[in-house]
Amino acid sequence: MAAKKSSKKSNVSAEELTSYYRDMLLIRRFEEKAGQLYGMGLIGGFCHLYIGQEAVVVGLEAAAEEGDKRITSYRDHGHMLACGMDPNGVMAELTGREGGYSKGKGGSMHMFSKEKHFYGGHGIVAAQVPLGAGLAFADKYKDNGRVTFTYFGDGAANQGQVYETFNMAALWKLPVVFVIENNQYAMGTSQQRSTSSAEIWERGKAFGIPGEAVDGMDVLAVKEAGQKAVAHARKDGPYILEIKTYRYRGHSMSDPAKYRTREEVQKMRDERDPIEAVRTLLLEGNHASEDDLKAIDKEIKKIVNESADFAKESPEPHLDELWTDIYATEVPQEA
Amino acid sequence: MATEILMPALSPTMEEGTLAKWLVKEGDEVSSGDILAEIETDKATMEFEAVDEGTIGKILIEEGTEGVKVNTAIAVLLEEGESADDIDTAKSAPSEDKNDEAKPAQAKSSNEGRETPAEGKKQPEPDTSPDWPEGTPMKQQTVREALRDAMAEEMRRDEDVFLMGEEVAEYQGAYKISQGLLDEFGAKRVIDTPITEHGFAGVGVGAAFGGLRPIVEFMTFNFAMQAMDQIINSAAKTLYMSGGQMGAPMVFRGPNGAAARVAAQHSQDYAAWFMQIPGLKVAMPYSASDYKGLMKTAIRDPNPVIFLENEILYGRSFDVPDVEDYTVPFGKARIWREGNDVTIVSFGIGMTYALEAAEKLAEEGIEAEVIDLRTLRPMDTDSVLKSVMKTNRCVTVEEGWPQGSVGGYISSVIMQEAFDYLDAPVINCTGKDVPMPYAANLEKHALVTTDEVIEAVKQVTYR
Repeated sequence: MAAKKSSKKSNVSAEELTSYYRDMLLIRRFEEKAGQLYGMGLIGGFCHLYIGQEAVVVGLEAAAEEGDKRITSYRDHGHMLACGMDPNGVMAELTGREGGYSKGKGGSMHMFSKEKHFYGGHGIVAAQVPLGAGLAFADKYKDNGRVTFTYFGDGAANQGQVYETFNMAALWKLPVVFVIENNQYAMGTSQQRSTSSAEIWERGKAFGIPGEAVDGMDVLAVKEAGQKAVAHARKDGPYILEIKTYRYRGHSMSDPAKYRTREEVQKMRDERDPIEAVRTLLLEGNHASEDDLKAIDKEIKKIVNESADFAKESPEPHLDELWTDIYATEVPQEA
Repeated sequence: MATEILMPALSPTMEEGTLAKWLVKEGDEVSSGDILAEIETDKATMEFEAVDEGTIGKILIEEGTEGVKVNTAIAVLLEEGESADDIDTAKSAPSEDKNDEAKPAQAKSSNEGRETPAEGKKQPEPDTSPDWPEGTPMKQQTVREALRDAMAEEMRRDEDVFLMGEEVAEYQGAYKISQGLLDEFGAKRVIDTPITEHGFAGVGVGAAFGGLRPIVEFMTFNFAMQAMDQIINSAAKTLYMSGGQMGAPMVFRGPNGAAARVAAQHSQDYAAWFMQIPGLKVAMPYSASDYKGLMKTAIRDPNPVIFLENEILYGRSFDVPDVEDYTVPFGKARIWREGNDVTIVSFGIGMTYALEAAEKLAEEGIEAEVIDLRTLRPMDTDSVLKSVMKTNRCVTVEEGWPQGSVGGYISSVIMQEAFDYLDAPVINCTGKDVPMPYAANLEKHALVTTDEVIEAVKQVTYR
């Protein structure tokens, strides 16, 4: 089955398109800057960039309501920016500074925001899947009408705990949207070489979980599918979105990406880029002029440069931080 | 302004590399994402992409150059409207300040750091207050009943507390610990799970992130091995990784250690494993009153607590204070028996050997002080040290294996804090260093025995 395309492009307002353009561009430029800071040695360890996948989180955030939760793996910068977390705090966490979301103690792979209902940032492939179902369990227990977006990749889709979770989520009708961000490569192993099914979302059928494949390079298609999934999850339990996307960069900064050709990547960038697609819609629909878009580009560049400056200037954490946050003394209140 | 393109670090450990090949030449226009060059490290050849758009004004490092240090300027990028003539005004040598920037370890730290206490040893000051005041009414209860009462009382107190696990609801618990809870609290709060430890442990942790207070029962802790990643990586570490924003206030509980004749895969003591993890608290009680008081404390604790029970103890009866809200704090050992000749330290079912040995030793005129640690993390080492300073001898007792044992840790604490008080080396009585055998006679020998404890005490007291 082909990934679903968006149906009603003509109905989308200039305002909506512009906001997608801005949100996706922020992620793209932020990630490019992160790559640059990594190259300068300001960001250490593992750093997994989201470039190419921007339409996934931006489209799904457009389908989310206030109070809905999200949880993902270590390729998490895009999710954080899309749900409204402060670029300064994210970048400063990448540089391991006191102004970072985890006070410099989590790094690229482990960031959280109670305020924005972002529950991480998890470094173990697929561990976030039962955690996400657990968040949904808590919402159902409290009967608060909230939904949890639980993101994982095509690689994680081969972990056993995903199917343990599918079973429980279906059994207990948990309000969770499982989002498979299928970027086609589990680190260096292509889907064809690692995964028995061509359509991963169809595995949900074994558990009675409905789902669909979505064109992840089309932000409008993602949003539309997201709305349907969320509506289902709020009322009837889990739903699976397999979003076919593509990462332009290596798995992490230290991945030479020899498992695919330069032409393959370039073709994707030239023909399927999600930001270019919205840009074209904006220009061709006379929703925005080149100058309007240039102004947005400039605004984004400023935000990103400021985040980099903040991340460089914020001091390293106080050495006392080594010894804090190991044990809680009181229960943090649920936001 | 013309910007320098710097030699990038392409892995966490790269300090220099070979600029193998330029894929652009001077005068080429580039936009972000275009591949500029190929760079070889000791591990791989990497493509290096442009971040900014512009025109390549000048190439500063020729292709084929080896040993190019990270952050050296390798080319100059011109922005719209600039020409190669502008390059001279741009810094073309490796810039000092950028090199400084590249060393975050040298970035300003906002303090000089935590002082490590290196002063003279402080005297141990254990909390020796009694667990209940004199005259408290008592009742006889089994460990099983005490555990059930503790959970029921806390579920009545806080509606966010719920119990999940295999067979906890309709079956009333594989070991009947949750008997009656489904009737009282209903299926919403007493939840049968599929046989899926990794999954339901993760669901429990997620529910705790989401504001609930889960009690996750493992039918036995042997099965918690399947869930180890969620317990340690998700439950124990999230508070730290999130800078204190969120954690997992919850209890993982179930029987631990050897039962009877269930062989290697069902007979392991995990005390030493869990005790090692910062972020976890670990309780391993012996008596029914401690099961009750510590379980209530565990459920209220805002951290993940590992509650290690014992199947053989479930049916044993003890005195339990017959009061409305009986709790026992973590990190406070209980002295079961006072004595001047030797300190015996144990916890959980190990206490049965310790107490039995002490009684027999008393008949021979050796008075042992017997300490029940009750919780292993936090561990009340002050009580142990104070006792050892009095008796000058110590034997530890546990059913777990010898290498990396709880007793091994206690020995090291005694050695570092009370070396001068010791009149004999500390002896660790442990289970034998073998997987648990099935045969009745072999199993008996694989576990620690009372005779071994008696023998160890005689060794350290030179009798």
